[in-house]
Amino acid sequence: MGRVAAYLTQIQAVADTEIRKLRHDPGELYTRALQPLIWLLLFGEVMAQVKGLNSSGGSYLEFLAPGILAQSVLFAAIFYGIAAIWERDLGVLHRYMVSPAPRSTLVLGKAISSGVRGLTQAIVVYALAFLLGIKLSFSPVDIFGVAALICIGSALFSTFSLIIACIVKTRERFMGIGQVLTMPIFFASNAIYPIDIMPRWLHVISSLNPLTYEVDGLRNLMLADGTSKYGLWLDFGVLFAVTAVLVAIAARMYPRLTQ
Amino acid sequence: MASKSPVIETDSLTKVYGTFRAADRISLTIQAGEIFGLIGPNGAGKSTLIKMLTTLLPPTSGSARVAGFDLVADAAHVRAHIGYVPQLLSADGALTAYENLLMSARLYAIPRVIREERIATALKRLDLSASADKLVQSYSGGMVRRLEIAQSMIHEPDVLFMDEPTVGLDPVARRNVWMHIRELRDRLGTTILLTTHLMDEAGELCDRLGVLNAGRLQSVGTPGDLEAVVGPDATLDDVFAVMTGADLNPERASDNVQHSCDSDHSPA
Ligand SMILES: Nc1ncnc2c1ncn2[C@@H]1O[C@H](COP(=O)(O)OP(=O)(O)O)[C@@H](O)[C@H]1O
Ligand SMILES: [Mg+2]
Repeated sequence: MGRVAAYLTQIQAVADTEIRKLRHDPGELYTRALQPLIWLLLFGEVMAQVKGLNSSGGSYLEFLAPGILAQSVLFAAIFYGIAAIWERDLGVLHRYMVSPAPRSTLVLGKAISSGVRGLTQAIVVYALAFLLGIKLSFSPVDIFGVAALICIGSALFSTFSLIIACIVKTRERFMGIGQVLTMPIFFASNAIYPIDIMPRWLHVISSLNPLTYEVDGLRNLMLADGTSKYGLWLDFGVLFAVTAVLVAIAARMYPRLTQ
Repeated sequence: MASKSPVIETDSLTKVYGTFRAADRISLTIQAGEIFGLIGPNGAGKSTLIKMLTTLLPPTSGSARVAGFDLVADAAHVRAHIGYVPQLLSADGALTAYENLLMSARLYAIPRVIREERIATALKRLDLSASADKLVQSYSGGMVRRLEIAQSMIHEPDVLFMDEPTVGLDPVARRNVWMHIRELRDRLGTTILLTTHLMDEAGELCDRLGVLNAGRLQSVGTPGDLEAVVGPDATLDDVFAVMTGADLNPERASDNVQHSCDSDHSPA
């Protein structure tokens, strides 16, 4: 097998394994659908009463929906670190690590499977948003763009999570730190309120937060009359660049988990 | 047996955790086609040595060649030529046996044209064809072990490392695993390095043994050689007791009150 074909096959080994597991046991997909439902229905309906939360002219629910989509993708992706520790504890990870597959293929395989998980989340959020009367864009180009954003965002945060797992190494410590990291990523972003109403310091942090760019791109592509603050080029550019750096770091650190 | 040539050669291989020497200057040569057993009490450093030789753990010092490649400088080539059955049951319970093998075949970049046939043959050889599409979580321990052997042999490696391959198996399943290990060696000439703390397994299955204690390789030889060193009527149990300071027979432990085989022998 040629080098490129081998590389792709090795990525597929990991990605396809994850997708097959999802097919065998799709239960987690249903339970994950609950969180966006709660956010949109409870949080969304209440916060819609607060003035000043919406800078873009449409309804608050419209503003919120892309943020909640990004959130559900983030929360699903952050699960990857603990899954990696779990795989280490079971010995499954050893099987990857003794194989000649380049470490980057293992990381990319996980990233891609995380993208697939993210897409299933997107379907759920789209269905909810549609039922709540949010005006969505169904143009093929926009849908494709959303799918691309979801995949790259999932890849980014699952790889980030993998790096954290390589540092903390145990399930208990990951549980602790996972919460501590996810909340700031979510709240210090434009997911549920516009960046403009934030105090200066938080404004700065948010504009360094990759989630902000994911949400920004989603606001443009997901909604029928959506706009983005930074522009799609910057949104995609930031997400790609950060993912590339994280994958390189994770590929170096991944073997630490089995040491 | 294949012509005599070393497939594993270690030179003062050492792993230090903090100040604790888990593997201490281990120099060992294993020939092609040998079934070599590492014996020693819990904490002796058996898994540590195997993890170094499978590239999972970087050595602190010393060097080794495995399947003709330098363990550290050429780790990727070493990986392409070895198989590993970890101490933990590592087959993925959430997948079927077929899917586990498919994953392994892809990880080893086995060309698509021969992949399915390889998988089918592996399933058949290890008597798993009938359960190939069942989730592995429903398998017995013996079946999981056989699947793992199939997985670690899918790329027909030169060397197979097995860490306590029969632990937790009933006697029938254990003998069945032995049979498959011998079959591999006889058919493919695979060199096999396994660890065990079952002396009957060491004696019946292995061509040569290495006794490991507190990170040091105490002695190497055929089961007969090792017994002869200890005494005219010595058994492998006696070898184990003398060389590791443990005693496998509690009734005879009177002169060895400090140690028993159940205790963890990791140095304080
Ligand atoms: N990651 C680690 N950090 C510190 N000590 C370790 C680590 N892994 C193993 N050890 C210690 O090294 C010694 C040898 O362990 P191991 O090779 O697993 O023994 P065996 O397989 O012979 O039972 C044990 O005392 C164990 O506690
Ligand atoms: Mg061990």
